[in-house]
Amino acid sequence: MELNGGSVVAMIGKDCVAIASDLRLGNQAVGVASNFDKVFPVNDKLYYGLPGLATDVYTLKEHLRFRVNMYRMKEEREITPKTFTHLVSSTLYEKRFGPFFIEPVVAGLPTPTDLDPHPKPFISTMDTIGCITTPKDFAVAGTAADKLYGVAEGLWEPDLEPEDLFETVSQTLLNAVDRDALSGWGAVVHIITHDKVITRTLRARMD
Amino acid sequence: MSGPGSGGAYSFSLTTFSPSGKLVQIEHALAAVSGGTTSLGIKATNGIVLATEKKSPSLLIDTSALEKVAPICPNIGFVYSGMGPDFRILVAKARKIAQAYWKVYGEYPPTKVLVQEVAGVMQKATQSGGVRPYGISLLIAGWDSHRGQSLWQIDPSGSYWAWKASAIGKNMVNAKTFLEKRYNDELSLEDAIHTALLTLKEGFEGQMTEQTIEIGVITVPTPEQMVEKSGERLPPTFRKLSENEVRDYLSL
Repeated sequence: MELNGGSVVAMIGKDCVAIASDLRLGNQAVGVASNFDKVFPVNDKLYYGLPGLATDVYTLKEHLRFRVNMYRMKEEREITPKTFTHLVSSTLYEKRFGPFFIEPVVAGLPTPTDLDPHPKPFISTMDTIGCITTPKDFAVAGTAADKLYGVAEGLWEPDLEPEDLFETVSQTLLNAVDRDALSGWGAVVHIITHDKVITRTLRARMD
Repeated sequence: MSGPGSGGAYSFSLTTFSPSGKLVQIEHALAAVSGGTTSLGIKATNGIVLATEKKSPSLLIDTSALEKVAPICPNIGFVYSGMGPDFRILVAKARKIAQAYWKVYGEYPPTKVLVQEVAGVMQKATQSGGVRPYGISLLIAGWDSHRGQSLWQIDPSGSYWAWKASAIGKNMVNAKTFLEKRYNDELSLEDAIHTALLTLKEGFEGQMTEQTIEIGVITVPTPEQMVEKSGERLPPTFRKLSENEVRDYLSL
C-alpha cells in the first residue's frame, strides 16, 4: 500500500457530496507522475476513489466498469450509491486471501423516488477486503489517511453548501497531503449536486 | 412412431425443430401445464394476489403439507400449474439465485431480473442433451422500488411476459375470459382477492375451502415502511395468507 502513494477524501454537505484526491503516482520516494487521477465517475451522480496500489487502481476501475455496464443493461436503470458500495465490497471480498491493495471511497447523490423523495447524500468507504463503513460526515483513505482524519475532524461541519463544502474539502486535502511524503503533487476536487458536477484542479504544493 | 397429430418423427427429440418451426416437446410440456390445477394472478393498485387450487386425489392426503404458493425472497412469490416436482426444483433454484444476487448487491433482485434468470434456467432445459423441458408454467408476483408491483408468467419454453391479470392450468380459458370482464386498472388489493376467489370458484370441482386453495399477496409498502431502522430489516412485501385469513375472505 505504500509503494505508489495517494489519498482520497469524501465529505457530505447540504444536498451535495464532495470527493477529492491527490494526483501523485510514485515509486516509493521517487515521484513518477503528477497526473494520476484516482477518482472516477459511475454516472454524473456517483463517483468513487481508489487509493492504493496503482495497478489495482486500473484493474478495479475496469472491472467495476464492466459490472456496472452489465447492471445498467440488465436492470435498465442506474445503480444507486448503496448498491454500488455493496458491489465493490463483494468484489473485494472475492479476493479475500489475495486482496486488491485498495481502500475504496464512494460518494454519490441517490436519485429521488416516490418512496424516498428526499434521499440523503451518501458516502462510504471500506477496507481492502470489503468491510463497509457508512459515515455521516466524511470518509478518508490512502497514505495520508491519518492526517486527513485530523484535519477533517477539525474543519467539517454539517449542512455545508456546495461552495463552502468545496473550501472545506480542499483545505482538508491540501493540508493533509502536505504532511505526507507519498501524497500530493496536485489535487482534483469534484462537487456533486443535483443539477451538476463541478470539477476543479487545485493549485497545490508540487514538492 | 409417426402419427399425424403428435408431431410425427419430430416429437421425440427436444433439440430438433419440426418443419413447421416448432419444438414439439415444448408443445407437450404446455399440454402438461394445461392439465394441471388452475392458478391465477391479479395485479391491483396497491398489490398483487396469487391464488391456486390445491386439489388432492384423495381425502386422506394431508394438504397442509403441500406448498403451491412459495416465497422466493421477501419481495417475490411464485405459484404454478403443472408438475409439482418440477416446481419444487425451480423454487429451490430461484431461491439460490435470489440469495446470490443479495450476496453481491446487498439487496434482493428486482422482479424482472429474477424472472429473467429463472426463464434462463427453464430455457436451458430446451436446448440441452438428455433433459426435458420443465412441465410447469410459473406466475410470479413481486415488488421492487424501481418498477413497483409486477406480475409475470414464464412458460416451459422460457418465454416470459408481464400480465395485469392472468390464469394458467386446466381452466385458464374460462378464467381469463372471466378476468377480462372483471379486471380494471383501479382494482384495490381487497377487490383483487375477492375477484381471484370468484374466478377460482368458476371452475372449481368440489368444495372450495381454506384447505383446498392457497393465496399469496404482495402489498406495496408505504414510504414510512421503507425507512430503514438500524438493526432491523425492511418488512417483506410478499406473504402467504394463513388458513384463517383465507377462511375470512371466503365467507365474505
